[in-house]
Amino acid sequence: MRSPSFTARFFRLTERCQVVLHEDADRAMVTEGWPHLTATDPQMRLLIIEDDRESADYLVKAFREVGYVADLASDGEEGLALASTGDYDVLVIDRMLPKRDGLSLIGSLREKGNRTPALILSALGQVDDRIKGLRAGGDDYLPKPYSFAELLARVEVLSRRHGGPAEETTYRVGDLELDRLSHRVARGKDELTLQPREFRLLEYLMKHAGQVVTRTMLLENVWDYHFDPQTNVIDVHISRLRSKIDKGFDRPLLHTIRGAGYMIRDGIR
Amino acid sequence: MTAFGKLIRTTAFRLTLVYLFLFALFAASLLGYFAWNTRRLITEQITATVNAETGEISDIFGRRGLRGLVFTLENRALRPGANLYLVTTPTGQAIAGNVGSLAPGVMTTTGWSETAYRRLDENDNADHRALVRVTELPNGFRLLIGRDLEERRRLFGIVAKAAQWSILVVVVLGIGGGIFVARRVLQRIDAMTGTAQRIMAGDLSGRLPVGRSGDELDRLAGNLNAMLERIEALMTGLKEVSDNIAHDLKTPLTRLRNRAEEALASSGSEAEYRAALERTIEESDGLIRTFNALLMIARAESGQARGNMDDFDAADVAIGIHELYEPLAEDDGMTLRLKTVSAPLHGNRELISQALANLVENAIKYGKPATVSAGSVVSLDAKQILIEARREGDQVLLSVTDHGPGIPEADLKHAVERFVRLDSSRSQPGSGLGLSLASAVATLHGGELRLGDARPGLVATLAIPARTALGDRPPVLTQDVPQKVA
Repeated sequence: MRSPSFTARFFRLTERCQVVLHEDADRAMVTEGWPHLTATDPQMRLLIIEDDRESADYLVKAFREVGYVADLASDGEEGLALASTGDYDVLVIDRMLPKRDGLSLIGSLREKGNRTPALILSALGQVDDRIKGLRAGGDDYLPKPYSFAELLARVEVLSRRHGGPAEETTYRVGDLELDRLSHRVARGKDELTLQPREFRLLEYLMKHAGQVVTRTMLLENVWDYHFDPQTNVIDVHISRLRSKIDKGFDRPLLHTIRGAGYMIRDGIR
Repeated sequence: MTAFGKLIRTTAFRLTLVYLFLFALFAASLLGYFAWNTRRLITEQITATVNAETGEISDIFGRRGLRGLVFTLENRALRPGANLYLVTTPTGQAIAGNVGSLAPGVMTTTGWSETAYRRLDENDNADHRALVRVTELPNGFRLLIGRDLEERRRLFGIVAKAAQWSILVVVVLGIGGGIFVARRVLQRIDAMTGTAQRIMAGDLSGRLPVGRSGDELDRLAGNLNAMLERIEALMTGLKEVSDNIAHDLKTPLTRLRNRAEEALASSGSEAEYRAALERTIEESDGLIRTFNALLMIARAESGQARGNMDDFDAADVAIGIHELYEPLAEDDGMTLRLKTVSAPLHGNRELISQALANLVENAIKYGKPATVSAGSVVSLDAKQILIEARREGDQVLLSVTDHGPGIPEADLKHAVERFVRLDSSRSQPGSGLGLSLASAVATLHGGELRLGDARPGLVATLAIPARTALGDRPPVLTQDVPQKVA
């Protein structure tokens, strides 16, 4: 039942569709709109460590088109050497690599005091594999097959965390204000009443204001579940939150990003 | 290998040979001991007799002189079974007795010796042996009195023969018995091997013959049969799964392919192409979800997920899932209620949460009162879904109760199987794996998934042994071996 070649091939299929869609991104932006497929942090430098040629090329190409600098290492040793230079903002590491596997690579980096955020890509997507990956020093874990939108969103969030501003006590997006200490939320002069979970949801969104946050990221970070619900359970929570913070205001702040997730942002692009 | 070669290579036969050797050695040493002791006894007897007679004859010589001595000896020599007597002059000439010839030099040394001799009255040329004592009489004559050793020799012969025969019998019996036992064992082993070969050839229904003696081979066969039973069940399960996968995954794959083909064939606008591609991705995402669910079930069933267990309260799980799904249920016009009592548990929190989430999702999807669509008035109660966590005896129960159409009694068993989507739910989206996963998770924790009638509606319960009940489970033996997956 667990046929790697089958899932791998299936993954490539999805990937190819995304490549085709993606090649059109520039033109499509005007008509369809993939606003998340532009760099939120244009200076970001990525290192992709992946031995599968096709996946690697796809990732490098996709990241470059979005506007990031992306380098490629095709085995564990090369990856370790490049990552050790410390020139990168985020590492995207395949878990199983020739010469040195992804987890040991991260382990050696961390031992040397290199704290570059690392996202682990793996065909092993189960909870315990994830925990192993995070324990080894990874900062995020994305099971294959993934969508590029998901990967991009996660990489951007990781990068912001790396060397970003210290955790603030108050988040502001437009006239929306969230005080993390007093748990007070206000839009303009109006005080908003949020349920505890709604507060945490908004807090996470505002912490990553201007960045795309996917449904899975929300489920993982706000609810701490790592499974994949078969229903649009997150969307319902978002729409509740939206009705509280955006309803009755001219400028919506909480945006749905098609094919990717949500973003809280002031103003329309 | 010939049949005989096979036979003598058996453990039973080799053991027999070892025992045979030991027994033969034992018999030989026993007989040897017996023979040696007997010989000593006989020799002692002869010595005593000869000594007594020597004393007697010397006495006669002392009282009656040479004449008396010769007379007595001639007399005694004529008795049947007489001893050996010989009297010689100091120059070595025989003057009386029944000895015809002697080994040279016997008469010149006084004391005991063993010698070959021939009797006067016997004509056979056979040499006899005798134990003799030579004494010198006061006048320089020499007197020899001895006894034939034939008796001792005969006894020795008997013992030797007994040894021969007994060893022969032991060997024959031993080898025969060995062959018998070995053949019996071999036959049973051959039967087992035959069955094993049939099974290896693909016939999983074969079972080893189990005798009634309850010996070690029977116990082994019984255990092997139990193992085969389990393997067959697993194989059947696996086969069913792969059949179902083939069936249920082919449909979306076909749709996917058709859509791509259609888009390729049509000269549509870019927007149409995009739409087709996006649908393709959506469809593949659905397939990926199904795969993930299948892998999760497989892992839960194989026990690999047992590594990540800790202590937590089932009530917290229920509260968390209620919180997550409450808005969704409300959007669907249902009410999600919660009733919890603290119920500590040892297990994989993530998996149990997911199992409960699946049950809740099912209840929201399928648990709508049947009459809603018909437009009749439905009591508020009927639109309620109840999530409950409680402890009952040594079990923790996590249950989800809805008041929808429920599942007919006859279908309850099927519902848990992979990919089974009861007819009534075919129109609804879903992979058909929700209940299977919940069931696999319950099994992983040593519990079970119970489906029951809520009159009307369905009550699905995860019944899991309360904390510490997992202590006696065997440790996880399967090591997570990373496989290269591109």
